[in-house]
Amino acid sequence: MLAMVIDDSRAMRLILRRIASGLGFDVQEAGNGKEAMEYLDSTDQVPELALVDWNMPEMNGLEFVTAVRADAKFRNMTLMMVTTESEHSQIVRALAAGAHEYVIKPFTPEAITEKLALLGLVQDGANV
Amino acid sequence: MTLPTADFTYIADMVRKESAIVLTPAKDYLVQARLLPVAQQHGLSGVPQLVSELRTRNDPQLRQQVVEALTTNETSWFRDNDPYRLLGSTVLPEVAAAARAANRPVRIWSAACSTGQEPYSIAIVLRENLPPGVRYELVASDLSAEMVARAQAGRFSQLEMNRGLPASLLVRYFDREGAHWRVGPDLRRDLSFNRINLAAPLPALGTFDIVFIRNVLIYFDVDTKRGVLDRVRRLLRPGGWLFLGAAETTMGVTSEFVRAQDAKTSAYRLRVADPAPAGAAGVR
Repeated sequence: MLAMVIDDSRAMRLILRRIASGLGFDVQEAGNGKEAMEYLDSTDQVPELALVDWNMPEMNGLEFVTAVRADAKFRNMTLMMVTTESEHSQIVRALAAGAHEYVIKPFTPEAITEKLALLGLVQDGANV
Repeated sequence: MTLPTADFTYIADMVRKESAIVLTPAKDYLVQARLLPVAQQHGLSGVPQLVSELRTRNDPQLRQQVVEALTTNETSWFRDNDPYRLLGSTVLPEVAAAARAANRPVRIWSAACSTGQEPYSIAIVLRENLPPGVRYELVASDLSAEMVARAQAGRFSQLEMNRGLPASLLVRYFDREGAHWRVGPDLRRDLSFNRINLAAPLPALGTFDIVFIRNVLIYFDVDTKRGVLDRVRRLLRPGGWLFLGAAETTMGVTSEFVRAQDAKTSAYRLRVADPAPAGAAGVR
């Protein structure tokens, strides 16, 4: 299974990469939504999961989610926002745009695992 | 990406002093994973910079945030998921039908509610699954007065909200309050809190259809477990449901309960007066 980690912070990408790798995902990183779209356009492999920051240069996370949801090719791709944006209205916006889940920074590794278990992408009780 | 030893030691000492929790060097990765977001939230580039900030500024709030980030306990929303799936899919339809026929509410007891995630998770399942017109009464209790007060306050940190609560339910049932989230009025309705010691005679609580008593029995010896389950049994309706922790069982403690035929979760039913033949009991 392939997971994309889309975040403009290299350190945060590394943390999310470790968590996703620990759960059995191959990981592809992108520094913003535009880079992620370019990667997706360059390959036939559709990632099962994308962990998406909100605030990024060039193409932010909400724009990325909206673009992915507009393309039927990615209908099986699970989108989870992982962001410092924490207002009620922002979570509603992200879900309305097509994000499946939403994790607010700061988070614990278990939070990512539990959300992925809710989405059926990892077994309940999986450890990182 | 290893944290400098002096920085790790500083953090480990601070956490040990404030929480008695010991972080071994093997937890270096955990410390970084949990503290980098805290550092970034404060505009710092990494964990070493956060440690530097902690050393130079006597900021109790920052210290508390760091300790909390590293000591968040195992309580989570919909813990283990399966008990709540079983509750919504199988248990509630049956219990609700019986309650409606008798013109009474469905009654549920969350007997070790800790900081409240369990009773509020149950309340969400009830709100999402009970047929219109069926009422419920949810009783939550804990041995600790502090836990009862926290659960009743229904105010949760961001770290706590991230643990297992689907975002769609977060926005439906909770309100933002500063850096925290507060349980909304829908979940507070028909929910009461009490301080109850399960190892002592119980107060008058009425009769329940379902009792959650999860991750409590593991702390007791067999005689105490037997006493607790005996007291709980007396409050359950015949055929009533008992949800234990994933690693807990009534086997070897009492024969009054029969394990439900859902292998994924520790759910039991109180035997009716005439014990069912083997294999016939469980989820029906």
